[in-house]
Amino acid sequence: MVHRTMLAVWPAVKHACPMSELASESSTSHRSAAEPSPQRDAITVRDLRKQYPGTDRPAVDGIDLDIARGEVFSLLGPNGAGKTTVVEILEGYRHRDAGEVTVLGVDPGKAGLPWRSRIGIVLQNTADQGELTPAEVVHHFAGYYPDPRDPDEVLHVVGLWDKRRTLARKLSGGQRRRLDVALGIVGRPELLFLDEPTTGFDPQARRDFWELIRALAAEGTTIVLTTHYLDEAEALADRLAVIANGRIVAEGTPATLGGRDSYRATVRWQEAGIAREEHTFTPTALVAELAAQCGGEVPGLVVARPSLEDVYLELIAADGTDRTDDPAAPLRSFR
Amino acid sequence: MSTTTTARPAPTTWGLGISRGGLELRRFFRNRDAVIFTFSLPTVLLVLLGSVFSGQYEGTGVSASQILAAGMIAAGIMSTTFVSLGIDIATDRDDGTLKRLRGTPMPPAAYFVGKVVLVAVTTVAQTVLMLTVAVLLFDLSLPDTAARWFTLVWVFVLGVISCSLLGIAISTLAANARSASAIVQLPYLALQFISGVFVNPISALPAGLVTLASFFPVKWMAQGFRSVFLPDIMVRFEAAGAWELDRVALVLGAWCVAGLALCLTLPILGPRRR
Repeated sequence: MVHRTMLAVWPAVKHACPMSELASESSTSHRSAAEPSPQRDAITVRDLRKQYPGTDRPAVDGIDLDIARGEVFSLLGPNGAGKTTVVEILEGYRHRDAGEVTVLGVDPGKAGLPWRSRIGIVLQNTADQGELTPAEVVHHFAGYYPDPRDPDEVLHVVGLWDKRRTLARKLSGGQRRRLDVALGIVGRPELLFLDEPTTGFDPQARRDFWELIRALAAEGTTIVLTTHYLDEAEALADRLAVIANGRIVAEGTPATLGGRDSYRATVRWQEAGIAREEHTFTPTALVAELAAQCGGEVPGLVVARPSLEDVYLELIAADGTDRTDDPAAPLRSFR
Repeated sequence: MSTTTTARPAPTTWGLGISRGGLELRRFFRNRDAVIFTFSLPTVLLVLLGSVFSGQYEGTGVSASQILAAGMIAAGIMSTTFVSLGIDIATDRDDGTLKRLRGTPMPPAAYFVGKVVLVAVTTVAQTVLMLTVAVLLFDLSLPDTAARWFTLVWVFVLGVISCSLLGIAISTLAANARSASAIVQLPYLALQFISGVFVNPISALPAGLVTLASFFPVKWMAQGFRSVFLPDIMVRFEAAGAWELDRVALVLGAWCVAGLALCLTLPILGPRRR
């Protein structure tokens, strides 16, 4: 149904993950009625603008976005770049000054409760309902939605089943985030907003969470992810956009963002005990040449492309985000 | 999996509100410090002040502690409604509860129904507790006529509604949960003093203060409760020399309407900055 090129390159998970349960459920998708034209974009944004009173520059300064149904889209950007403002406008939390916005075919500034039942939101920095248990909260929130997931299944899926009777204030930071995620997905949303969802997760919990997101995406859920973890964006997103100073400075797939695929590769190797390094658009040819010279293995061979993080840092630095150091400097060698 | 796809009736505001009320009560009673504070403060004050003012009003057989008890029950209602809700809703706004709820299809009215359930249970519990203490320690008599019981009920209901609505409204003045405590405690304490809760009879207060207090609900709730729990001979210690039950109903009813208007105007659930 949904074109997902990025999924194909991910290594298969070795252990049976509880989150795969969700994927098996997708065959019984309820969504046919609520989705009159699957080709239509989940989110369209045209020339979005927002300036907060008492500030001298706009927080959002003319943004266009198209996010397709079923897509996993990641918004990246430094703190204060306007990411959260954009997402909160899409979520219907904030008014905009100008621009056209539709989310699931509806203007979020005027959307009502039926629209709310089609989206899920995982907010940042929550500290509420500390005196309640995950079981109580998830069961209760399920009651808000016309066609919720089974709350017990959701508790299993986010890995809180064993903690379901523990007061939320006694949960660890990562466990609280899982509860937030549980509340975001219990309504079986067509569109899920995730704001820094894995803050406080240990590495295994992050990997489990990624599997959950992939399972949701495989079901056809559209996902908008804001994150500071570029490896997370790279692992999950079909497409991503970088926001700096209220504008989108680059948009593309993780492989092509900011012309990442057109940067030169760096080839490093050892020659007579001395480290050598060369930048080239044709690393394969160079490696073949070196292999021929060495008559087999090339000592210390490394072929490196700029990481997503390298590209990202260069993009936000190029936009003049106030940084005194120059994190993009190492990247220049890739040009 | 069969359960997840079963069609079910759309959730109703009332059903969700009652369900929220269940959560609110669990949340409230699990926070033991708040429970003890909410319930003990007016009762402890009643016991302490009632023991201090133990004298009798000459020729009436009524003790000062009995007058105090009637007034303290009014103050207790303000505590579990106005004070509790003012702090509670400001806390919900502060800790993200309201933002999370606004992100769901929960009808906003369900949130208020939940608070009503919470306030109804805590206020009835508080009133029963204080009445019990007053009956046991200060020989307060329960109402002896149906008319007095009726007065007790309507003063209680109008008092709870008006003070709850004002508590909901005042929560919007607080920048955060901590400042909410200060913002609601000040009018709570001041109104108790000028409404003749601590200073009895109310005619002992400067006339200016009594006039000021007459604009607010506490004075009238206390007066209504005195008419319920005290013999009619005590009416001569009232500022007007009468129980003025019609005025009690008028002022409390007016505050219900004004409070509702405020609550419908103010962005209770919404953010203050958009």
